[in-house]
Amino acid sequence: MSLNTVKHEMPCQDPKVRAKNFDEVALGYDKETAIAEASRCLGCKKEPCRQGCPVQVPIPQFIAKVKEGDFSGAISTIKEKNALPAVCGRVCPQEAQCEKYCVLGKKGDPVGIGRMERFVADWEREQGIKPVECAPPTGKKVAVVGSGPAGLTVAADCAQAGHKVTIFEALHVAGGVLMYGIPEFRLPKAIVQAEIENLKKMGVEIQVDAVIGAIDTVDELLENEGYDAVFIGTGAGLPYFLKIPGENLNGVYSANEFLTRTNLMKGYLFPEYDTPVKVGKKVAVLGGGNVAMDCARTALRLGAEEVYIVYRRSMEELPARVEEVHHAEEEGVIFKILTNPTKIIGNDENWVVGMECLKYELGEPDASGRRSPVAISGSEHIVDVDTVVVAIGQGPNPLVPRTTKGLETNKWGNIVASEETGLTSKPAVYAGGDVVTGAATVIKAMGAGRVAANSICELLKK
Amino acid sequence: MFKIVRKEVLSPTLKLFDIEAPKVAKKCQAGQFIILRIDEKGERIPLTIADFDREKGTITLIFAEVGKTTQQLGQLEAGDSILDFVGPLGRASEIEKYGRVVCIGAGVGIAPVFPITRALKEAGNEVIGIAGARSKDLLFWTDEFKAQCDEFHVCTDDGTAGVKGNVTEILKKIIEEKGQVDYVICIGPIPAMKYTSLLTKPYGIKTFVSLNSIMVDGTGMCGACRVTVGDEMKFSCVDGPEFDGHLVDFDEQMRRAQIFKDEEARALAKGSCGGGGCGCH
Repeated sequence: MSLNTVKHEMPCQDPKVRAKNFDEVALGYDKETAIAEASRCLGCKKEPCRQGCPVQVPIPQFIAKVKEGDFSGAISTIKEKNALPAVCGRVCPQEAQCEKYCVLGKKGDPVGIGRMERFVADWEREQGIKPVECAPPTGKKVAVVGSGPAGLTVAADCAQAGHKVTIFEALHVAGGVLMYGIPEFRLPKAIVQAEIENLKKMGVEIQVDAVIGAIDTVDELLENEGYDAVFIGTGAGLPYFLKIPGENLNGVYSANEFLTRTNLMKGYLFPEYDTPVKVGKKVAVLGGGNVAMDCARTALRLGAEEVYIVYRRSMEELPARVEEVHHAEEEGVIFKILTNPTKIIGNDENWVVGMECLKYELGEPDASGRRSPVAISGSEHIVDVDTVVVAIGQGPNPLVPRTTKGLETNKWGNIVASEETGLTSKPAVYAGGDVVTGAATVIKAMGAGRVAANSICELLKK
Repeated sequence: MFKIVRKEVLSPTLKLFDIEAPKVAKKCQAGQFIILRIDEKGERIPLTIADFDREKGTITLIFAEVGKTTQQLGQLEAGDSILDFVGPLGRASEIEKYGRVVCIGAGVGIAPVFPITRALKEAGNEVIGIAGARSKDLLFWTDEFKAQCDEFHVCTDDGTAGVKGNVTEILKKIIEEKGQVDYVICIGPIPAMKYTSLLTKPYGIKTFVSLNSIMVDGTGMCGACRVTVGDEMKFSCVDGPEFDGHLVDFDEQMRRAQIFKDEEARALAKGSCGGGGCGCH
């Protein structure tokens, strides 16, 4: 029984080596390890793990198939509920979802559900992905605006139901945040594209370079282009800044810009690729979420000598996944916690030369239940940096709400949509993912996409 | 793929393309811009729309070859295609009947100011046009521009065409002679827009400029194009590209334009360095 308390370790690239390359950090289980990990699962009848999954993957059932070495059966079982298993196996916060409810977690490590999901998805890709069978064509048309996790899920579900789906993507490649945001070393872009190719095989049409709100409005899609329903999954694509002096200095990036230049535009391969991304010797990343960790680790790989995470609470409150924090620490990212910038300092030519910060201590718990940080007076100090990446979150992109009459938004600009159905204030227009909830996770966006897809399919039956 | 259907060489470093993009041509309005990417390894660059033909489905772009991407673009010929072409982006110009308006195109800025001038004329304004450039060979479209104007002025820094001098000097004369100008739009290099705005401010003339900031996506996502307008941070791509010239921090824009200067030099040197030192080998 003692063996059963420890999760099989995920093989990873050596931290010193990987901090200098963009190859994937986690290498994945092999067959034997996957089967051995599957054997740890108790196969609980009550399936507590499933309640933690936003898309209700039949977890014990797929694990049972892994245990038998039936990987093909395992991936088919996952795909009943999840169209992007290779992505979710890598970027889902399993420790806060499925694995959180695993019975084994009470006395030791929970079953490595995410690692096994990743294994079977990778196994399938190596064999050649078989597209899911679709129902006969219904003659109905669905427009999906945005090709991130929410949009891809809606597209997959609606295509499977026999509807003709067209995805409109503003950038030159589909995948949304999976392509521009999450770095190659955490989610290889070839994997995202393989999942998207699979959607195309299911008959989904993808129009890139198509900004809805500019080229066609949502109303025009419904009225002129013959779509029967529209799903808006445009994500959290408007970077927030701190509103402190110096944020327009040269050498200050939003996380989105820093990551987009590096990932989507392949700035790490400049000048072979034309888009530059400039990183100095000392980089401060402001924020403590997964995006901040991605930026810090990217900065190291681009050649920065020292990289700081500057976060105003303590290590315990970091919103990033424990695994990401751990990886960042291993690679040499320095955590300046209980620290918050008050201004960014520039030289005569407008370049960043430092950042003034205050030290903080933790006070009483605030509305979010976390102990609120309180500035220590007189603790001003200068941190020596030449690059600053602001990773404190993103708001909803304004283009679609601005051009869609009668589409209700809240005071932060998020589209108002029903949690139960995904329906917005406009008939036949649905929304989900970060554009509704504000920046959250890939799997939550997929969950919202699933809900909306079900409603769309109900609507189109009528 | 988006096909170049016509190419015109306006000067050795100034090129015009008509590009087939029917959906963009159908929707675009004066003042908006597009983003293009030449090929798989290319960067995304914004260019303000110089003209459009809704029937033919084409967009006209005029660009100066100032960096690696625009040089590469300039080498393409009619019949060639570019990989990505996105638009129309940004807010359209605010076209109203202001009364007497002055439309200033400085350098390559003559191109984007052209459709705005036409729209202002169609809206019933009295339109005075000013086209300025460093030298005669960098002037273009003066006849087309003039045709949209009730009064038209040309100036060059070296005096090789029109009056010797710059656009702000001409504007100053116009304001002094006419006594009343209701609206000014100026598009061109940052100094031209800055000094135009400084000139009109004491007269209280509503003045708009169009910024050509550094951008990546052009849809509000990256924030590279941020600009201080009054005391607010704005994004050129979704809040602009046109802003009130009296509120724009031009000096900051000037410095931000330099962010990737070293990298631009490296990109230009790529392939022409003969194998040493540039990092491209």
